[in-house]
Amino acid sequence: MDFTLSDEQKMFAETAQTLFADTCTPDHWRKLMEAGEVRHEDRWAAIVENGFTLVLLPEEVGGLGLSELDFALIAEQAGYVALPEPLVESAGVAAPLLAALAPDAEVLADPAAVIAIQHPINPYVAHADGAVALILHHQDEAYLATPDQVKLTTAESIDPMRRLFSVAWDPAKAQKLGAADWDLALDRAAVFNAAMGLGLAQRAVDMAVAYAKERQQFGKPIGSYQAVKHHLASAQVAIEFARPVVRAAATDLGARDMQARARISHAKIVALEAADQAARASIQVHGAMGYSWEVDVHLFLKRTLALTGTWGTPHFHRNRIAQRIFTQPVGPDQTFARENHHA
Amino acid sequence: MQLDYTAEQKAFRAQVREWLEAHVPSAPLEHFDATREGFETHREWEKVLKSGDWGMVTWPREYGGRGLDLIQWLIFEEEYYRAGAPGRVNQNGIFLLGPTLIEFGTHEQKQRFLPPMAAGEEIWAQAWSEPQAGSDLAGVRATCVLDGDDYILNGHKIWSSRAVFADWAFGLFRTPGTDRHKGLSLIFFPLNAPGVTVNAIKKINGHVGFAEIFLEDVRVPAFNRLGDEGQGWHICMATAGFERGLMLRSPARYQVAAAALAQLWAQRKDGADPTLEADVVRAWMNAEAYALNIYATASALIGGAKIGPEASTNKIFWSEMDIHLHRTAMAILGAEAEVLPEPGEHAWLDDYIFALAGPIYAGSNEIQRNIIAERMLGLPR
Ligand SMILES: Cc1cc2nc3c(=O)[nH]c(=O)nc-3n(C[C@H](O)[C@H](O)[C@H](O)COP(=O)(O)OP(=O)(O)OC[C@H]3O[C@@H](n4cnc5c(N)ncnc54)[C@H](O)[C@@H]3O)c2cc1C
Repeated sequence: MDFTLSDEQKMFAETAQTLFADTCTPDHWRKLMEAGEVRHEDRWAAIVENGFTLVLLPEEVGGLGLSELDFALIAEQAGYVALPEPLVESAGVAAPLLAALAPDAEVLADPAAVIAIQHPINPYVAHADGAVALILHHQDEAYLATPDQVKLTTAESIDPMRRLFSVAWDPAKAQKLGAADWDLALDRAAVFNAAMGLGLAQRAVDMAVAYAKERQQFGKPIGSYQAVKHHLASAQVAIEFARPVVRAAATDLGARDMQARARISHAKIVALEAADQAARASIQVHGAMGYSWEVDVHLFLKRTLALTGTWGTPHFHRNRIAQRIFTQPVGPDQTFARENHHA
Repeated sequence: MQLDYTAEQKAFRAQVREWLEAHVPSAPLEHFDATREGFETHREWEKVLKSGDWGMVTWPREYGGRGLDLIQWLIFEEEYYRAGAPGRVNQNGIFLLGPTLIEFGTHEQKQRFLPPMAAGEEIWAQAWSEPQAGSDLAGVRATCVLDGDDYILNGHKIWSSRAVFADWAFGLFRTPGTDRHKGLSLIFFPLNAPGVTVNAIKKINGHVGFAEIFLEDVRVPAFNRLGDEGQGWHICMATAGFERGLMLRSPARYQVAAAALAQLWAQRKDGADPTLEADVVRAWMNAEAYALNIYATASALIGGAKIGPEASTNKIFWSEMDIHLHRTAMAILGAEAEVLPEPGEHAWLDDYIFALAGPIYAGSNEIQRNIIAERMLGLPR
């Protein structure tokens, strides 16, 4: 039993943090938004160069063969900057699913290739327009298609950096991959979205803290007023108690049992709740500035809103937890128990 | 991260479980705050624990402990709560003063005070609060004056848990003429020393759970001062770190309660408000999150980290979780919620009433939020 990160994991996360901090600033978002784009080619190239798209791919297909926890730490940093690029969707969810079904698939050979995924639980496919390939589902089977084989209809997201689409396509014209492990894809997506939620939450708090130290009212910084302090302290409490859940969920994801699923669902719920609480507190602390397009807090609120409903609603995830609680032993010796052997 | 227990840890759990199964009293003891008899039966239980060498598992062996690490402590606590073993009447001593003594005490002080604490022979109360110094603890007025090799203590302490029946208290005292945080010392005094008057105060449940203490020219040896004169604030904040951060509330307590709540729901859900299931699930999530957080903290401390201001987040989390959990139980019980539990029944109502004190003691949650905002987030004072 050791709940600490390895030095390598910390290093990887720090590399991601530095790369994102340097390249994914509010200035960059603004430029992308003005240009109506959701991907910055130089940044994506740097992400690829650092191997982040290879983390979860098995070594046999040229990947790094690392763990979900390793990727979750990167996803957390991606959340901290509200990364526009679909790193999590493509490298965290779609690519490993494809690698399991068709390790020889051509798109896997290119670490810069974006792959989009249509999952039965989601009404839309995110970032389908910029994808080189799409994984689609039909009667539980997975298919692979190129963008010219499908027809995309835009559903506009409130998050200016998310592109959502309905996809019309003909299974006869796509490449059939066979029965896919949609549940594993869902679990990965839920954990990585939770990890992004932690990042979104911490950023919203940090932005509010910075503002509260500067902004003066009644002759002193608003951050010296207790009501302001307490909003932010409460949000920080939510973050502190979501983080270990996310990390434990990522660590145990591979166990594929009811305990693991409950932990993943727990992580998805509480991390995005923390992000929601933090974003709303941050808007409040920023006052009218916080409600303006000008200030960046709204981007964190919008991403949180998007990630909360996608890859399983809180209701869906709560039901998975209820199943674990009401059909498996619970109690103090069951924290790290597995479905088939109880402590 | 490696979230499986080692073979040794599993063997340790089995060992704890076996011992507890053989020794935990079959009938629940009367509450230690209710009567002197309740208190004394708990003292006897502490002695039984000590006889198995389970008095204080994390302390060094030479001071009456077992020398175990914090993960083993968590496993011990999990088994302890799982077994329904009696509450620890000496928790002020073993969980708060003990770790502080180990960090700040001299070898002679540790030898003098720790073994009888671990054995339940000397039960401790915490005498920090005063009528004028609650949240603003640095406003303590009780005084200590050195007279030869002794201190003379004077003052008025209040809200001291279990002081009515306890043997010793550790208190904060001021060198006259000093101000605020400076000039405070942490000094131990026997509650039966000449000049000490202890008056019971009833809690909202009618138990004599706390007391006020008057000190009139109470003489204690200077040996009873922990750390240097004037270092008391620094030392107390370390104790408070243990209190809020880790030791006072181990996760198992809430996991047992959450499991019982799940059972209560399973029994009563027919005809009950279906939205309450979400609260039951939430109670379990909270207890798990708290456990995971504490495992993470314990792992970090084993790796050499120190408890910082984030300890204040724990105190807020466990106190709010406790209230939420018990409010959910009250809602499930509906019209039966107000009925006092029979002996042997799950005491949802008692536990709910006790949970309400959580956001007040060990530093109120408002104060904890101030600490988080100022010392963790760096907001201005
Ligand atoms: C069950 C129980 C057991 C206890 N056991 C012990 C014990 O064993 N030993 C001991 O020494 N003490 C003990 N206490 C006392 C406890 O530590 C104090 O009650 C606590 O520190 C609050 O102090 P107070 O009661 O004087 O409230 P006050 O300080 O008067 O505060 C009253 C209210 O004002 C709020 N408040 C005060 N200052 C601020 C501020 N700066 N910002 C925002 N809000 C503020 C508080 O949060 C609280 O809500 C116990 C209390 C309880 C309820």
